[in-house]
Order: sequence, then structure tokens, then C-alpha cells
Amino acid sequence: MIDVLAGRLRAVLGAERVLSDRQQLRTYECDGLAHYKVIPALVAFPHTAEECAAVVRACVAANVPFVARGSGTGLSGGALPHADGVLVVTSQMREIRDVSPADERAVVEPGVINLHVTRAATPHGYYYAPDPSSQQICSIGGNVAENSGGAHCLKYGFTAHHVTGARVVTPDGDLVRLGGRAPDAPGYDLLGAFVGAEGTLGIAVEVTLKLVRLPESVRTLLAAFASTDQAGAAVSAIIAAGVVPAAVEMMDALAIEAAEAAVACGYPAGAGAVLIVELDGPAAEVSAQFDEVRTLCRDNGAFEIRVAADDAERALFWKGRKSAFAAVGRISSDYIVQDGVIPRTALPEVLRRIGTLAGDHGIRVANVFHAGDGNLHPLVLFDAEVPGEAERAEEVSGAIIDLCIEYGGSITGEHGVGMDKSRYMPRMFTADDLDTMQLVRCAFDPAGLSNPGKVFPTPRLCGEVPGRHRGAHPLQEAGIAEVF
Amino acid sequence: MGDLADLTRPAGDDDAVAGVPARLVAAPASTEEASAVLAAAAAAGLAVVVRGGGSKLDWGMPPERLDLILDTRRLAGVVEHAAGDLITVVRAGTPTDDLDLPGQQLALDRPVPGATVGGTVAVNTSGPRRVLYGTARDLLIGMTVVRPDGRVAHAGGKVVKNVAGYDLAKLFTGSYGTLGLITECAFRLHPRPAATAVVCAPAPDPAAAGRLAAAVRDAQVVPSAVEVDAPPGGPVEVAALVEGSVDGVAERAAVLHKVLGDQARDGVPEWWGTLPWRTGQVGIKLTAPLSRVPALLTEARATGAAVTVRGSAGAGVLYAGLPADPPGDVATVVERLRAAAVRAEGHVVVLTAPPAVRQLVDLWGPVGGLALMRRVKDQFDPEHRFAPGRFVGGI
Ligand SMILES: Cc1cc2nc3c(=O)[nH]c(=O)nc-3n(C[C@H](O)[C@H](O)[C@H](O)COP(=O)(O)OP(=O)(O)OC[C@H]3O[C@@H](n4cnc5c(N)ncnc54)[C@H](O)[C@@H]3O)c2cc1C
Repeated sequence: MIDVLAGRLRAVLGAERVLSDRQQLRTYECDGLAHYKVIPALVAFPHTAEECAAVVRACVAANVPFVARGSGTGLSGGALPHADGVLVVTSQMREIRDVSPADERAVVEPGVINLHVTRAATPHGYYYAPDPSSQQICSIGGNVAENSGGAHCLKYGFTAHHVTGARVVTPDGDLVRLGGRAPDAPGYDLLGAFVGAEGTLGIAVEVTLKLVRLPESVRTLLAAFASTDQAGAAVSAIIAAGVVPAAVEMMDALAIEAAEAAVACGYPAGAGAVLIVELDGPAAEVSAQFDEVRTLCRDNGAFEIRVAADDAERALFWKGRKSAFAAVGRISSDYIVQDGVIPRTALPEVLRRIGTLAGDHGIRVANVFHAGDGNLHPLVLFDAEVPGEAERAEEVSGAIIDLCIEYGGSITGEHGVGMDKSRYMPRMFTADDLDTMQLVRCAFDPAGLSNPGKVFPTPRLCGEVPGRHRGAHPLQEAGIAEVF
Repeated sequence: MGDLADLTRPAGDDDAVAGVPARLVAAPASTEEASAVLAAAAAAGLAVVVRGGGSKLDWGMPPERLDLILDTRRLAGVVEHAAGDLITVVRAGTPTDDLDLPGQQLALDRPVPGATVGGTVAVNTSGPRRVLYGTARDLLIGMTVVRPDGRVAHAGGKVVKNVAGYDLAKLFTGSYGTLGLITECAFRLHPRPAATAVVCAPAPDPAAAGRLAAAVRDAQVVPSAVEVDAPPGGPVEVAALVEGSVDGVAERAAVLHKVLGDQARDGVPEWWGTLPWRTGQVGIKLTAPLSRVPALLTEARATGAAVTVRGSAGAGVLYAGLPADPPGDVATVVERLRAAAVRAEGHVVVLTAPPAVRQLVDLWGPVGGLALMRRVKDQFDPEHRFAPGRFVGGI
């Protein structure tokens, strides 16, 4: 059965772009969430939209599920393969088709690396704003699927705000354009539904992105506080003053310790918390607000404030923050990354409760987060070799998710639900909420072949829809009115 | 389930949608009441149109059938304004003009007077400041809806950053009431700027206006809006808005003056943020990539008709207004504009027009992904009872 499909795919892609050897397949058994592992039945590497559509059509004909994979950096098991399915890898679709400063758009293939878009746009005075910490390796297709965020999304918005169009292979294997270079395409905002759907509504094969004019001025400071409470109060004061920084990031003592061990970022000694605050925009606005932010940090107890003198020093500030996940590996053999969100004003309270939870379970939790928008990244540290620790870490991790829900937040701010958090979805949403979301799934993918088993804890049976063709004009039925 | 007679009142003379009279009107005051009404309407197989302020009720095609108008105006008020979190939760029937959020703003312009929050979202109207803040879809962080079968569903939440589950709020934004009833919207807010300035300048022709708009974007002043106004025959004007601190805005306005040339002047032009048509006229929305905005302005002039084009040169969203008579001429103008827009990878949608014009023109033009849209409609509203025929492709 799968051999027949492999033969079909090889006919489309050529033998070297379809893997079926178990040893080779192993390379793709997991994404960035490495403790889930599934070896796919086949791996396919399309080069073009048409090839990708042909792969999907072959899967549909064989009734075999398919899973898209970009760079495999996802942290929720979104690109975890299906054991009986085809993993469609976009890593050979890496062309930047167009960079148009005049339209403020870039058109890219899905495998293009996030940072490469900015590199291509910078000579024109533009950049691509969403900047996940993984931006040197993650793909635009993956960003679209996860609606990825980054430190600067506080001011500039998430991937969904920066995608204006996509060419998509639907789960039927059709090629469809959603949105485009112009805004506000008529009809339902299917693009809005597609972005963030984690690959369950089809595969993006070309993406049109918004480019943002480079800011005239960027100023960055690093402020050290005795406690996360003080740092949290400083963030509240900044927001209350009507300042919208480009980024506000916080790290607690344990996270700082890890970052120092890993990249020697030289943060102020003895800090219970550091804030990185970055402002950007017209020079005249930035300089006035920067002084205000500095004062607010000092008023709220900052014992040391460093201002980046140049790009090199700014990069050093960010190095500690952006390497935080990997750095935690230096102080703990294993860890779970959480991604819950709380209303920002609940920060001090929730951090205290996380501290208590950790203490009660004898587990360390390092906190790194996007303080401006309340997106926590608690890193729950454990040693899998110690009996019972993994279970306790898992308990703490689940309890943190419950805390986020209790405070009116979300189970995931940017990493996605994927495989990992689908079981928590019913805690955040009612059965009717989930049923309603799955109406969209049924519209796109009634057979449930596109990345099945992700996002939703239980699939919805789509069934035949009554009255499907009622009321439409015969011309439209005939497909003529569609192109008028 | 409630009894329809208890949940509704008989329709009055004013209770019609684009000339189609309704039989019943319901005005629920909560999501639960709305759910009861819609469950009863579903059981009775009623065709439903949702009405907010009624300001855009004649946009799109008239409903093919209509039994019940669901009036949202009692579903009003701010449920929550968490200033420290820069968010608000608002009931859909709240008039946009009534939103009082001290020190903060829902950065959604109001091109159509008398609109409710729900109506603004359902039709996805936007104004000049979309350049900086985006549109309803970008500002929404959560939504509560009642499905055509009466079931209540939530998506998103109350936090700005959230990727749990599908983003139904985007799907409902701009859906013209064809997927269900929006009862509550959660939005991210922005601080109210301390100062604003608009600088406006004339341009001899559309191409020159395009160059001015491009120069403004190039100048790193971070405009909140870049607008253009092109009345028939008259001079084209370009105007840009900057918002921020008092000193910062003064400096940025000075830069705008430099960029816009000797004839630039301060002040908000009277056409700013208004749609270029009057009741009874034809209203059109045109979109294009930024570099093609001048091409649309030029084409509008080339038709020789009395077309005023106005809108966001900074976002690529323009509006055109013209007299409805004679309808044949309007149809020709629409065709020409649409051909130009399609060449530019944009769209032309006729938002509103008298019946004689509607008979001659396709309001929506080519729609990408229409087959998928039909499938979405079939899932949410399998009996096609919500605003049947109003939307693209007869949805
Ligand atoms: C060190 C580190 C730091 C990170 N920091 C951040 C951060 O700051 N912010 C953030 O948001 N995330 C972050 N992430 C998570 C991850 O990088 C993002 O989710 C990223 O968008 C995934 O991209 P990818 O190409 O690796 O996708 P993959 O992991 O390959 O896939 C992710 C999901 O996208 C789907 N997918 C991939 N390509 C397509 C396509 N073409 N069409 C449809 N679906 C597709 C997959 O099926 C899967 O569900 C981080 C990860 C790491 C390892």
C-alpha cells in the first residue's frame, strides 16, 4: 500500500526526493519538541507548488495522511510525523521570489528562513517584523502555520498581521490563492483562518509578506532589579505611561544564571530579574520616551541600567535573552518549555504562584518571558534519570497551564497547540467552541488527512452536509460566475 | 427552547433590509437570549438578517429571503476595560461612538456614521489609520458568536497574544452576517496619542500623488495614515497623519512639510476619513498594491465619469463614489475600474448601489477561494438561512 504511494511520489518527484529508508526517515522523527518521536512512512521534498499539490493528491488518492514540515523547530510537536503518513518537507523550497519596497511586500516560498527575508529587504530600507528567537533557522511556512511571534511583536503584531496572501495546497490537493499583494480580498478571510491553523488546513506553498520600513532610531536598555515583582511593576508603569515599546523582555535569576553559563552575556551581578526594553521609531519620539522609560525603571527599583551604545552592545543584551532556551540545558539535563499567557497585570501574582508550585514539587522553574504581552515561558527543569522527577515536572507544567487559564489567559501564546497541548484545549474552550472551530476543519479537510491529531483532542466527524447547494445561482453552480 | 412569539415582535414598516420586508424582529439583551432566539429561529427554519445600527444594511446584495431581523442594539455596553492590559471586551451592539475608554482608544476609524461595533466588524470597515493600526481583524483578540443553530461559541480570548485554536474572529470579520451572530468582541487597545498632526498637499495628477505618498512612506516618520483625495476634474490631494508626543509630532510634521513640498499646509482636510458618496449614489471599494494606487486613480479619471476616489494610499484601499444614473454608464465604469484593479492584482467591490445598478453589475468581481468559502458557509449555516444571497458568489 505505502509502496504504491512511494512509487507514485517518485514518479512525480524523482527517486532522490522521496525517502523510505528507515535510517533516513529517522532524521525526521521529531521537531523541536524532541521527546515525541514518530517515524513517518515516507518523506517527500517537493520543489514547486505543483509538485506539492501532486504529492497531496497522491496522498488523498491513497487515503494517507500528510504532515507539512518546515525547519522542524516547532515546540509543540506540530510537525510530528504520522506513522502511516507522508512528511512533506519544504526545505527545498527556499526561493525569495520578490522583494518590493514600492509595494511593501515580499513573496517567498514556504521553506525560506525567517531572517533571510529581513536580509533581503534591509538593503531597501525595509525588514520583516515578526522575529521569533529561532529566526535564524525557522521557516516562513512554519511561522504561518504557528502564527509565530517574537520579542518585537508587542508593537508590531504577530505573523497573522504580516501575511497578506498565500498560495495554498488544500487538503484536496487543489492550489488556491488566499489574499494577495493587495489588502482586503473579497469574501471570507480564509487566510486569517489558515494562519495559525498549524498545518491542519493545507500546505502553504507561497507566502506574501508585509515589509516594514526600518525605524530611524532604535534604543535599548538593560535594567537590573532585585526581584521580578519590581521588574513587573516597572513594566506596568511603562504601559500606564502610554509607551508602546518595540519589546519588553524579562528574565528571572535562574534564567540569568543559565544564560551566563551558556553565552557569558555579562548581565549585572546579583539581579533577581532583568528587563530588556527596546524602543524604536522616529528619533524625536524615541529619545523622549527612552528617558521616560529609564526614569520609570529607576523609580521602580532598578539598581543598574545599561544603555546599549551601539548595535554590538544591543546584540549582547539580546544574546542572553534569545539563547535562553538552549542555555537552560547548561544547568539542567532536561526541561519543559511552557508558553502560557496571562493578562500582563497578573504577572507578579502568577509568578509568585509558579514559585510556590515549584517549591511544593521540589522542581526548579526558570522564567523567561515577553513581559509586555504577558506571554510566559517558564522552563520547568528536571532530570529524567531521577525517578519521579519527570512526572513531577509534568505536573508543575500542567498546573502552570491551569494558572494561565484561571487568570483569563491562554495555554499558548506562540508555540502552538500541536500534539503537546491538545489535551489542554478542553480546559480553555467549551465543547461547542471546539466543535465550531472544527467546522472550519470540516470545510477544508473533511477527510481529516492534513496533519491529523494536532490542535484538537478529538476529531469531529464531518458528515454529509444537508442542503449544500441550496440558493446559489445556477451560473455560480456551473462555476461561471466565479470568474465573471 | 423558547417560543418564537415570546422572543420576537412583529416587524414594523422600518424593519426591512435593502427593500426586503421582515416578518419578525428580535432584540435580545444577552448572548444567552440571542442563543434562545436563534435556536427557535432554527427550529422554525427562519431566514435571519442581523442588524446593528443599520448603517450598512444595504451593502451587499439584498437577502433572497427574510423572516427575522435580529437587532443587536440591546446587546450593548463595555463589558470590561482592563487599562493595564490594554484590552477591552465590548458587546456587539455598542455604537462605536459610545466607546469611552479613558486614556486609551480602540484604534478603529468610523467611516460610516451610526455604526455599531458588531456591524463594523461584520462588514470590516476601516479608515485612514489602518496604515498604522490595521483593521478590525488585526485588533480583535477574541469573539463570542451564536451559530445559526443557536449554539454559542468563543474563539481567542482576552489576551493579546494567543494562538490556541482556530482564529474564528478573523473568519467572522467581514462575513456580512452570513455565518452567524457576533455578540461580543475583545480588542487590543492603544494609548491615546498626546498629539497629532495632519499635513496636506496638492498634486497635479495621480502619478504625482503616488510619488508624494511613496516619499512619505520613505521618510521614516511612521505615518498613521496616508490619504489621497481625487475629485472628478479637480486637483488631487495627499494628506498624512502622524501621532505621538508633542515634540515628536512637531518634528515629524516638519519632515512631512519637507517631503510634501512648498504647497503643503497644516490641518485636516474636510474630506478626511469620509466615504466619497451620498445616499442613493454608488459606493465602490478598490484595492491594489501600493505602487498601483496611482494606476487606479488614473483609470477613474480616464472613464470621464463624475467619480470621486478617496482613501488610503498608504494601505492600498480606496473608495469611489459616483452618481447612480444612468445605470449603464455606472456598469461601464465598474467594469473599467475592475479591469484596472485586476491587472494590478487588486479588487473592485461595489459596496452599495440602487437596485437598477445592482441588476447590471456583479458586486463582488472575481473571488479567490470561492469554492472553499461555500464549504465554510455550508458548515456554519447548512440551510443557508443567514443573510442568504447577500455575500460573494450568492452565499
Ligand atoms: C530555540 C527556539 C526558539 C524559539 N523561539 C520562538 C519564538 O520566539 N517565537 C515563536 O513563535 N516560536 C519560537 N520557536 C518555535 C518555532 O521556531 C516556531 O514555531 C516556528 O514558526 C516553526 O517553524 P519551522 O519552520 O521550524 O516549522 P516546523 O516545526 O517544521 O512546523 C511547525 C508547524 O508548521 C506546520 N508547517 C510547516 N510548514 C508548513 C507549510 N508550508 N504549510 C502549512 N503548514 C506548515 C507543520 O505541520 C507544523 O504544524 C522557537 C523554537 C526554538 C527551537
